[in-house]
Amino acid sequence: MLQNYLPILIFLGIGLITGVVLFGIGFVMGPHRPDAEKNSPYECGFEAFEDARMKFDVRYYLIAILFIIFDLEIAFFFPWAVVIRDVGMAGFWAMMLFLGVLVIGFIYEWRKGALEWE
Amino acid sequence: MNALYELLTEKVLAPLVATVIPGAWQDETLYMLQAVIKIVVIVAPLMLCVAYLTFAERKIIGYMQVRIGPNRVGPRGWLQPIADAVKLMFKEIIIPSGASKALFIAAPVLSIAPSLAAWAVIPFEHGMVLADINAGLLYILALTSLGIYGIIIAGWASNSKYAFLGAMRSAAQIVSYEIAMGFALVVVLIAAGSLNLNQIILAQNGSLLHWFWLPLLPVFGVYFISGIAETNRAPFDVAEGESEIVAGFHVEYGGMAFSIFFMAEYANMILISALTSILFFGGWLSPFQGVPVIGEPSLVWLLAKTSMFLFLFLWFRATFPRYRYDQIMRLGWKVFLPITIAWIVVTAGMVVAQVPPWFD
Repeated sequence: MLQNYLPILIFLGIGLITGVVLFGIGFVMGPHRPDAEKNSPYECGFEAFEDARMKFDVRYYLIAILFIIFDLEIAFFFPWAVVIRDVGMAGFWAMMLFLGVLVIGFIYEWRKGALEWE
Repeated sequence: MNALYELLTEKVLAPLVATVIPGAWQDETLYMLQAVIKIVVIVAPLMLCVAYLTFAERKIIGYMQVRIGPNRVGPRGWLQPIADAVKLMFKEIIIPSGASKALFIAAPVLSIAPSLAAWAVIPFEHGMVLADINAGLLYILALTSLGIYGIIIAGWASNSKYAFLGAMRSAAQIVSYEIAMGFALVVVLIAAGSLNLNQIILAQNGSLLHWFWLPLLPVFGVYFISGIAETNRAPFDVAEGESEIVAGFHVEYGGMAFSIFFMAEYANMILISALTSILFFGGWLSPFQGVPVIGEPSLVWLLAKTSMFLFLFLWFRATFPRYRYDQIMRLGWKVFLPITIAWIVVTAGMVVAQVPPWFD
């Protein structure tokens, strides 16, 4: 059973190795002639005005929070979806109730304007 | 192909392992070496496909815009991807002075590893799969989500404003469409009743009309379009948006470092196309089931379906103007999410009511 997962682990390793090897090829084959101008961050020909790690819009943060909520819901749906043929009508309606609560939350978010990007 | 593999493992590999490795570890070593061979057999053609997908893209979009596309390197331009690869190899990899060096180098590696490793559970033919695990779909969901780390880390580590903006946009966009995609997968799961990709294909056994695209039509649309948004392809390519933020998250990357991102993006495109064919179009099942010879399930069908969706990727890029960012967010949250939630109810209802011909 768990033996089936070993090739996946090897594949992940090979994926990482592929990336490192490709990067290495570029590093070895390419020239290295650094100078201050070339190594400065790109900003349309200007000197960089300030640090790039600046304040950013709070909406991105909001999206991330909403994502966590909904992704959790999806995680709850997976096991139910696999066994839906076995749990019968009771299982079906139980999950519809769960989905109903989720939809109420979703409508609340929508009406509150959490999904607006303006 | 299978015969060649058997020959290689039984006649060459097994005796070699028997002589070199001490007795207790022979079985494990053989098993691991077999896995490595299979992985190479998956990765090598995939890399070739990635190279020639870039060529196909330039040619197809060229013809769509009444140009010829690349035609100088080799006969009709067929050696163009090779020339590109060689050129990129000899370019300097610039690490900006303000960058976080370790993260800057790790980002491209983190972006290509999951886009390759996700292929571990893709069934190429009946039973022809590297890891036939029960949680195949979960694994796919996990691995396609991991790709975002490469992008965020690249944007952060570059310490450049364009890269940072691109990474922020990309992160928000990918997580938004991740929701729609996850719900779409749940719908497929309800319809198929299994997380194993082979079982999902077998659940679509029958004919063209038994495939899931018909009962799950809206979800099929949502899944494929979310896939385009997840891979940051046009018309959802605001993360790169060359006319707004130059190149987005990989603006500071050059040479091989850039091309690793490039390869990851194209490998992801192929993956999304393959997944769409598996989940909604019967994977390796033939559209002419029941007819002799061409009705046989085969790898060719999977490749044909995947190519069709890849062509759609390129066609969309040539056709649609770029979406505005607020429109992208609206589409993801206010259109796709309600559609998938509604279709969860519809599909669950159909399964419980055992609607023929799909769910009886």
